[in-house]
Amino acid sequence: MANVLAVLEVRNGALRKGSAELLAAARRLADASGGTVDALVCSTGAVNTDTLGAAGADRVLSASHADFANYCPDGTVATVASVSAQYRAIVVSASATGKDLAPRIAARINAPCAMDVTSVDLSGDTIRVVRPVYAGKALQTVDLRGSTVIAVRPGAYAGLGAGKAGANVSITVPPFTKRLDVTGIRTANTGLLDVAEARVVISGGRGLGDPKHFVLLEELAAAFGGEAAVGASRAVVDAGWAEHGAQVGQTGKTVAPELYIAVGISGAIQHLAGMRTAKVIVAINRDKDAPIFKVADYGIVGDLFEVVPALTAAVKQVKAH
Amino acid sequence: MAGSAEYTGVDFYDMDGLLSEEERAVRDTVRAWVDEHLMPVIGECYIEGKFPKQLIPGMAELGLFGANLPEEYGCAGLNNVAYGLIMQELERGDSGIRSFASVQGALVMYPIFSFGSDQQKKHWLPRLASGQEIGCFGLTEPDFGSNPSGMITTARETADGWLLNGVKMWITNGSQATVAIIWAKTGDVNDASSIRGFIVPASTPGYTGKDQKGKLSLRASDTSEIHLADVRLPKDAILPKSAGIKSPLMCLTQARYGIAWGGVGAAMACYDEARRYALNRIMFGKPIGQTQIQQERLADMLTEITKAQLLALQLGRLKDQGKATPARVSLAKRNNVSMACDIAREARRLLGANGILIEYHSMRHLANLESVYTYEGTHDMHSLILGQEITGLAAY
Amino acid sequence: MKIAVCLRRTPDTTAKIVIAAGGTSIDETGVKFVPNPYDEYAIEAAIALKEKAGAGETVVVALGADSVQETLRTALAMGIDRAVHLQGNASADGLENARALADHVRGGGYDLVLFGKLAVDDYGQQTGAMVAELLELPCATAITMLEIADGRATVEREVEGGVEQATCALPAVFTCDKGLNNPRLPSLKGIMAARKKPFDIAPVTVAAGAVTVASLVLPPERAAGRIVGEGAAAVPALMQLLVSDAKVI
Repeated sequence: MANVLAVLEVRNGALRKGSAELLAAARRLADASGGTVDALVCSTGAVNTDTLGAAGADRVLSASHADFANYCPDGTVATVASVSAQYRAIVVSASATGKDLAPRIAARINAPCAMDVTSVDLSGDTIRVVRPVYAGKALQTVDLRGSTVIAVRPGAYAGLGAGKAGANVSITVPPFTKRLDVTGIRTANTGLLDVAEARVVISGGRGLGDPKHFVLLEELAAAFGGEAAVGASRAVVDAGWAEHGAQVGQTGKTVAPELYIAVGISGAIQHLAGMRTAKVIVAINRDKDAPIFKVADYGIVGDLFEVVPALTAAVKQVKAH
Repeated sequence: MAGSAEYTGVDFYDMDGLLSEEERAVRDTVRAWVDEHLMPVIGECYIEGKFPKQLIPGMAELGLFGANLPEEYGCAGLNNVAYGLIMQELERGDSGIRSFASVQGALVMYPIFSFGSDQQKKHWLPRLASGQEIGCFGLTEPDFGSNPSGMITTARETADGWLLNGVKMWITNGSQATVAIIWAKTGDVNDASSIRGFIVPASTPGYTGKDQKGKLSLRASDTSEIHLADVRLPKDAILPKSAGIKSPLMCLTQARYGIAWGGVGAAMACYDEARRYALNRIMFGKPIGQTQIQQERLADMLTEITKAQLLALQLGRLKDQGKATPARVSLAKRNNVSMACDIAREARRLLGANGILIEYHSMRHLANLESVYTYEGTHDMHSLILGQEITGLAAY
Repeated sequence: MKIAVCLRRTPDTTAKIVIAAGGTSIDETGVKFVPNPYDEYAIEAAIALKEKAGAGETVVVALGADSVQETLRTALAMGIDRAVHLQGNASADGLENARALADHVRGGGYDLVLFGKLAVDDYGQQTGAMVAELLELPCATAITMLEIADGRATVEREVEGGVEQATCALPAVFTCDKGLNNPRLPSLKGIMAARKKPFDIAPVTVAAGAVTVASLVLPPERAAGRIVGEGAAAVPALMQLLVSDAKVI
């Protein structure tokens, strides 16, 4: 029987997006063998966890500690380790925080670790996961034996409807040494969503001609009403037109949004590696021979300075209805 | 868009397997430098007709100047194959940048190293290696190109030094150089054996460098005329071991060696661009690379490049063994530059109308290579040198 | 300041991936291998920190087959002082590799142990943090800023929607992300000097661990897309597709 612990993320006293998705993945693993899912929430105490039962948690383990105001890897690892013997698998979201946490937990409890997992299954003694490698140019299937730590990629599992009790249980944070002191989070300049989290990503490339033209993309993102982020190709990040946090591609972020709109991006292989798993790809480019059109579901050949404002107006109109 | 995917060279015959780890490392570092620093600016420099001066410190820091000269003078102490690979990679970017490095290394540092006094070497070589001083090489004159022995620039010995008079033309780096190696006759103007080399700081009164305007080739390179009007030099300005026309010709053999590699680099750039374009350009519903005529073009290009690569490499190995005779160098310069011209032209044609744009590289290479075909011994002169080697009969 | 950098050898990021016979690894024929790009940020950070401190030692460590020696020499050519090749076959289980590296680093007197944030082949993203945990050292992953003063490090790392700031005492382990610095190219003199720098080879045996690669496959090709039209006139048709067919708006 595979009991699963899902370690959820908290920021500013609230659960992060992706908590329900993570519970869905945990549920899938647990249900395969009639196991249970516990959600672990490390916080200073006042987090609303009411939705977690509906999202699939049998129990919600709340661990309160004054050091949990910010992300506290050392305290979280100690807390997970104190309960880990009860679980076949420990899952985290493959976010920046989850990917920081997973290998620490794995090393502490002497378990193997798999990152960026897009699919997870239990078969006998083995947990089988699929994960993109070589920047998405190949998919690796890996078998992990014994207790296992898995970071599940955002977007891999939709939230499930199968609700559970979500019974609240308080657990004690064991003593730990706070080796790393996270002092806070400085909000990035854009104020927009992060490309790795957004449902819609609109990326710009050299075709924009000038960094000031990114405003066109920001306007289009704004038309989506807070669910879109603006990304950039490596060429324009290297040229200093956009922050590297916005870079989509092999040396930047890998994104899997529902809608990816590539504007003035030719589609170098390194860029494609970062966005090819998007559900729908739209390309807008002046050059009809641009490689981006080979991966795009829908393409418009034309001047982005005409097409993008027209698209912005059309999206606004649809959203207004 | 041109150059959207990174350049990875052309290696059909596993040339890499014939190179040492250091040689490959040198090639890769220069290739990465060209990608990062030269490719983003070369188009604009070419259109505006200016040399990208801002790149000189970075080139020096990498050690691109006189890289095959010894470490005691601040140089990298590479073998000749590694040196050749540097030239190949620089010319993959642009012949003008390769020319700059060729002149600094083979035509300024080499003669100081070969014909200079210990004091001259210690003073000048580290400064030239670090890019603190920029050099040029004054041999060719308005009326004496292929026949440099006929030069009429003179150096007259005075009580306290030398007095130089004359005009030099087609001098790469001539305007931006801080020091020139000037070749002049110390005896009668009919006496080629009296030719000697002089180290002439550009700040010397009577020395002027003037940009040659209106070039349609090597536009990202400084090509100048040098006027020497009663230029007074101290006694120790002469390169003491220079003796006759063979001294500057030895320098040219060094430079031609690098050009033989450079031609390969330019050809590789054009082939790479043509191949990518052939795969991406759709016409009549299929990539033009799926048409027989473009496949033949590409097959010819790859064949010629592979032959030229093997030629350059074996010449380099011979040079490291001291067996790269001037005639052997002539053969490689003649073949490889002519080959590069042909490939650049075919690549330009394969690119169709897009091929005339500066966003693509083949036409820039084509225009450059017409100069490379002509300088450092014209293609025709190398035919005559080889003819003489074969028959023992001089036809010039 | 004594700094260790743990290095991986990875295929060039432009390499075309072909699956080898056996279906669990890539075919390395004709693939160019380079130092893992993220490790270059670690190498640059190590060299720059030593240059700034004016004293110390930088050491590059790699676990793997003999082919990794060329990669180690690239690090030496960039300016690292000394190389250690932990000669042995790496495991598919990152924890076993982390143990081998931690065993070597332990007792080495290092102020900093640096990694790239991930290797662009297996995307394991775990070795650095595991080594830190095994050595019981402070750790931050995927840092984009690092400052050292008075025996403490201040770092920044990108998280969704912001930049996380943290501090810790030295010694510490960090994994490095793009943005931390701009790695230098090896100079030609550096390439020649690399041959003369100390280079130790230490055989290690890495346990198999609890991970097996079952298969490696190429991702399914995306179905060929279509050009909806040209210019702003095509926007209504595109909207129709996005709203009604794909249902993403």
